Amino acid sequence: MIKIEVDMNQCQHYGQCVFEAPDNFKLNDDDKLEYVAEAPDSERDNIEAAVDVCPMQAIRIVE
Amino acid sequence: MSEANPAAPVVIVGAAMGGLRAAESLRRSGYTGAIRVVGEELHAPYNRPPLSKEVLASDVTHEAVAFPSRAEMGDVEWMLGVRATAVDLDAHTLTTDDGSVQEWRALVIATGLRARRLDFAPIAGRHVVRSLDDAMALRAELTEGARVVVVGSGFLGCELSATARKLGCEVTIVTPSAEPMMRPLGDLVAKEMRRRLTDEGVEIFSGVTVAAINGEAAVESVELSDGRVIEADVVIESVGSHCNIEWLEGTNLDVADGVLADNAMRAVTTDGRALDDVYVVGDIARFPNPMFDNVARRIEHWNIPTDTGKRAGAVLAAHLADDGSFADVVAKPFAPMPSFWSNQFEIKLQAYGLLGLVSDDDIRVLEGDLSDQAAVGYYREGRLVGVLGIGMKAALLPYRKQIAEGGA
Ligand SMILES: Cc1cc2nc3c(=O)[nH]c(=O)nc-3n(C[C@H](O)[C@H](O)[C@H](O)COP(=O)(O)OP(=O)(O)OC[C@H]3O[C@@H](n4cnc5c(N)ncnc54)[C@H](O)[C@@H]3O)c2cc1C
Repeated sequence: MIKIEVDMNQCQHYGQCVFEAPDNFKLNDDDKLEYVAEAPDSERDNIEAAVDVCPMQAIRIVE
Repeated sequence: MSEANPAAPVVIVGAAMGGLRAAESLRRSGYTGAIRVVGEELHAPYNRPPLSKEVLASDVTHEAVAFPSRAEMGDVEWMLGVRATAVDLDAHTLTTDDGSVQEWRALVIATGLRARRLDFAPIAGRHVVRSLDDAMALRAELTEGARVVVVGSGFLGCELSATARKLGCEVTIVTPSAEPMMRPLGDLVAKEMRRRLTDEGVEIFSGVTVAAINGEAAVESVELSDGRVIEADVVIESVGSHCNIEWLEGTNLDVADGVLADNAMRAVTTDGRALDDVYVVGDIARFPNPMFDNVARRIEHWNIPTDTGKRAGAVLAAHLADDGSFADVVAKPFAPMPSFWSNQFEIKLQAYGLLGLVSDDDIRVLEGDLSDQAAVGYYREGRLVGVLGIGMKAALLPYRKQIAEGGA
């Protein structure tokens, strides 16, 4: 299991993570980020890509 | 050409986002040999966008912008505070300003850009913002009531204006353009941006250049090409950039505008050969993107160092593995979606695609209202090649998909 943390004070809801890991991240109808804080290990590459593309660098994998 | 020494490290020149992503990608793609990153700045790789926005508005520290370092990067060697001065592609060597010459097995060019400066006497109060050190120096002078002249009205100039204004400075933009952000956004949107910036108290003098910066020891005023004089304490020069290619002089690489690369991010020589052991990533890379056409372009957007760094790392790892996978990896489609964002006051811009490919007649509002929230489409020969959100985000996603699929 991978644990994900998003610093919601930093997040500006750009939604770049949505393309990299759509199972974990989405923008709701109000343009706000919603995310699932856990992912199976098979999703690691996608979650790491989401971490990389966040303009605010607000996403973290908790090891 | 002599053979590279297989015991020598992969040397990455430029220790910023592009260089970091290339190193990470080499490791993730299975390369276990030595990696050395040579970088002129003393700081470990950090994120530049907050230096004109959030971080400049609060405390400028390395901690606030540093990229997280991954476990697999533990054995990467960082040579920081060292500038590359020359490279010999035949001998596979790199010369640095500490006087040493080192061998490399493969080379990654990630030296990015530096800020262009206006050609006036160097006096206190003149600033550019490209690096963390630049931002620290500027931050110290953005005190309440300071009179700030920003030269140039691209994204960076407008962001710096907004941040300075938020910090209580009096801000004037001086620009040769008719409207702020005219070139990247087009006339329609740029006019609206002028309205919004002006409403926030930023003064904009357009159609003019700087004729002189006056002051003995420090900036006192700025003289414009139309004769006007603006009193100033701080001048921020945001007038474009130069590619850091000087260290590549004397090689046969195509450095006409940045460094030419093919779609696998391999460096290309002036006689059109792609080199399997020399790669180019980030702002300095001029490469073709089949999402649009086969024209090689430099794209100064934040996602490009990551996308090109990952691509270069994967291709280079396959080359070094020498396990027969190279041709397949090179042939994999690589068509990164350019994307950028910009924050100025409450204005939140986000874009996908290449807005700059389009002329003013081919820009139209797709959704919403320019004076409030909107999605704006940029068309080339009837195809959607770019979309800009003003305030809007999720609404852009179907357009992004359309651009990726060829814009029909
Ligand atoms: C203030 C600011 C705000 C920005 N905001 C945004 C934004 O909101 N959205 C967006 O999309 N993009 C933005 N950008 C652009 C984005 O940050 C760049 O696209 C990105 O930084 C490019 O990364 P890079 O690694 O290719 O090059 P660079 O970041 O330029 O790094 C190159 C590195 O190489 C080093 N170097 C140069 N020459 C040598 C040498 N000879 N030897 C050794 N080392 C050398 C340099 O010191 C530098 O550390 C912004 C840029 C700046 C400066």
